[in-house]
Amino acid sequence: MRTDTTDRFADSLEAADVSCTRVEAAEFADALAGVVEQPAVGVPLGIDGVSLDDTDVEIPPTPRLLREAETGVTRVHGIVSYGTFVIQGDEAGAEPVSLYPTTHVGVVRASDLHEDVEETASWLGEEFDAGRDSAVLATGASATADMGELVAGVHGPQRVHAVVVTDR
Amino acid sequence: MSADRERKAAKLRHLLETEGDAVFENTTHVNEGRYETNSHRDDIDELRGQARAIKEDAIERLPELIEAARTSVEANGGEVYVADDAADANRYITEIAESKGAETLAKSKSMTTEEIEVNDALADVGVDVTETDLGEFVLQVADEAPSHLVGPAFHKSTEDIAELFNAHFDPAEPLETAEDLTQFARDHVGEKIMDADVGMTGANFVFAESGTIALVTNEGNARKCAVTPDTHVAVAGVEKLIPSVDEFPPFAELIARAAGGQDIATYLSLLSPPVDSPVVDFDAPDEPLDGSADDREFHLVLLDNGRTEMRDDDELRETLYCIRCGACANSCANFQHVGGHAFGGETYTGGIATGWEAGVHGLDSAAEFNDLCTGCSRCVDACPVEIDIPWINTVVRDRVNRGTDTEFDWLVEGLTPDADPGGVDVQKRLFGNFGALAKLGSATAPVSNWLADWGPSRALMERVAGVDRRRDLPAFQRETLVDWFESREPLATAGDGDREAVLYPDAYTNYVLVDRGKAAVRTLEALGVDVTVAPCHESGRAPLSQGMIATATENAARVADSLDPYLDDGRDVVVVEPSDLAAFRREYERLLDADRAQRLAANSYEVMEYVYGLLENGADADTLTAGGDVAYHSHCQQRTLDVDQYTEAVFDRLGYDVVTSDVECCGMAGSFGYKSEYYELSVDVGETLADQFEAADVDERELVASGASCHEQLESLLPQASTHPVELVAPAVERVPRSR
Repeated sequence: MRTDTTDRFADSLEAADVSCTRVEAAEFADALAGVVEQPAVGVPLGIDGVSLDDTDVEIPPTPRLLREAETGVTRVHGIVSYGTFVIQGDEAGAEPVSLYPTTHVGVVRASDLHEDVEETASWLGEEFDAGRDSAVLATGASATADMGELVAGVHGPQRVHAVVVTDR
Repeated sequence: MSADRERKAAKLRHLLETEGDAVFENTTHVNEGRYETNSHRDDIDELRGQARAIKEDAIERLPELIEAARTSVEANGGEVYVADDAADANRYITEIAESKGAETLAKSKSMTTEEIEVNDALADVGVDVTETDLGEFVLQVADEAPSHLVGPAFHKSTEDIAELFNAHFDPAEPLETAEDLTQFARDHVGEKIMDADVGMTGANFVFAESGTIALVTNEGNARKCAVTPDTHVAVAGVEKLIPSVDEFPPFAELIARAAGGQDIATYLSLLSPPVDSPVVDFDAPDEPLDGSADDREFHLVLLDNGRTEMRDDDELRETLYCIRCGACANSCANFQHVGGHAFGGETYTGGIATGWEAGVHGLDSAAEFNDLCTGCSRCVDACPVEIDIPWINTVVRDRVNRGTDTEFDWLVEGLTPDADPGGVDVQKRLFGNFGALAKLGSATAPVSNWLADWGPSRALMERVAGVDRRRDLPAFQRETLVDWFESREPLATAGDGDREAVLYPDAYTNYVLVDRGKAAVRTLEALGVDVTVAPCHESGRAPLSQGMIATATENAARVADSLDPYLDDGRDVVVVEPSDLAAFRREYERLLDADRAQRLAANSYEVMEYVYGLLENGADADTLTAGGDVAYHSHCQQRTLDVDQYTEAVFDRLGYDVVTSDVECCGMAGSFGYKSEYYELSVDVGETLADQFEAADVDERELVASGASCHEQLESLLPQASTHPVELVAPAVERVPRSR
């Protein structure tokens, strides 16, 4: 069942032009090194057995890092039907880290995948009640057609990558 | 032509030349995306129903939701200010800027801040505002107003923007491509955001329960404006309130589909400010983000500016359900050709703009462009919250009419004994009484036709009533459909039919396009129906198009009086002209008692819909004329009612090979194409349709159109004659091909 969900999530990500790496917690650091372009900035992931501590991702973020980093790494939840990241705003700076660098790498536990918008709203309702009341539903790279054609990477990231931790 | 008509014509001509092509290209692109995306889901109408119900409830409970939002935002540590009008909102906002000593402000696209012209107010207190939405930024550089609710610079091509940027910024390397321009604007605007003292956004929705604002964007600029500086001001109309995040799903699913044909917007930000994200101070680049949001300040400005009055107004209230997706504009044939600088008021553009402008700026602003809504109703299906936009436009037109005065009223007063008060513009009064005009024209044909075509009469009609002399007038037939039917020998089978129907003869079918009426009678009889023809009374469609609701109401009652006896006898009502069926099914509920309207709507059928039903129920298709290559233009209101499919199904069943047009509207739209101020736009819209039928492998086909107006437009633009579908399929033996 879980494999099925991550498969479908990966399909939706692909449709949204987002690449995806599926990995078990033990191999996370190596897998991340393969997808992160330096310099990189991040915020603590808060996933059991998965950490940025042994990686080249700098923590905590500074304004300079936000401005100069190629990659920003944060934890996210996922919406299976659209390949959407749910980025919860926090005091560590997940919102700006997911927004300013050229590439956003979202790390998502397979158990944090929600089937669709409705299920996500229901979960968010509980999160809001618990005080975690800001979240961004981000699907693919920032884009605009304001200059006459679709161009990726406007104010937000130009590229997006998902790392799905399949055993969490 | 009167000076006012000439001014309008000149403005439209100018926009057709300068902005029309870019708007057409952009709207076409967005519409293709919308149709494609909607085709992937079969629950769109269910979602629309849910979204509609949520908005109805929220507007009903608005005072309560405002107080709930105040409580929750204050609990979060922010402030709520309910501003009575633009001046009040601007005073509050500039005071915040001044209290912060702000010199710079980064602003995300927001029509509500356009409505109050906050940039000017901020400039007056020395605050430098940067628009961060790239489309809006282009307009700021060009010093122009938005021309579209969603794509503010919709009317500019890549080349236009390159020329603008190269002249304004004089970059080392001239900018050429969309990629170049985006990169340049991103860098320029990005620096401004990082330097900004205050961030300002709108809000697509405000969740009262948690004090959350929802921002829908693709670029990410709203996120940056909201979370980068320590002070955030969000400005939203009070109508943006919905109860809680629980009500969010249908809007999340609908808004980007309707706006741009995306499954979901790139960013749906749900922020409950002041947010927990740390302030990013680019002046202290190496200070770690300290994990504290204590220094954040947030102000939610909820703008009334006429909205409470709109809420109390039974006809304008629906406008408040609008989620500003712009789909009504994109689906509008006139908008596609001239864009929002013609089809818009002081702030808002497109179909729903009439309601907004009437509500927030007053009737004068709405009157400027209200007539560009032809009532084709294509926006009705496009609207994600099921707003009856054409009806709002009709109501506003009626109100505008009541405020006008004219010196030529006496000319049509005798000819047009309508129920609307004196003062209705003579052009509107003339077209609004088409039935009476047609009756007179038919009774005096062919003299009336000769007189109408005579040069001096055309000049007078153009000067007095604004009937463009470049447009051919309908030729009235001396023998009406009703006369023809009454003078016939009854069929031997009369009274023995499997079904009994009454044909409703609209004024066009009765007095002008009599052949299509005869073909309808023959076709139904050939399929075993006992047919009778009702008296000809104007359905009310013509006065409705002119915003003459009192006259339309009187017409509707007369039609219902004349059809009630047939309905009592169990006859089905068959309608040839799709716009009249639309009146019966869509507008009569607003003009007649509910029971009466419902019975008529439930028992009325478009003629080809009825033929389809007969064939499905075993009528003998062999009696009809089969086969052939057809170029078919359906009718906009017929498509809104989903009735067009029956014509195509009948064609299919009878072995016709059909190419169907896919434009929204022919551009003639009843009286619209006759009006001197709109004639050129009407022709421009019509040419999009003509282009499809002039294509190789289509131009040799038999031309078929369901609506009288479409027929007139096609015949004016193409060399071929056009017929109604029922004339094509009518029994061959009596069918006489029409020549021009």
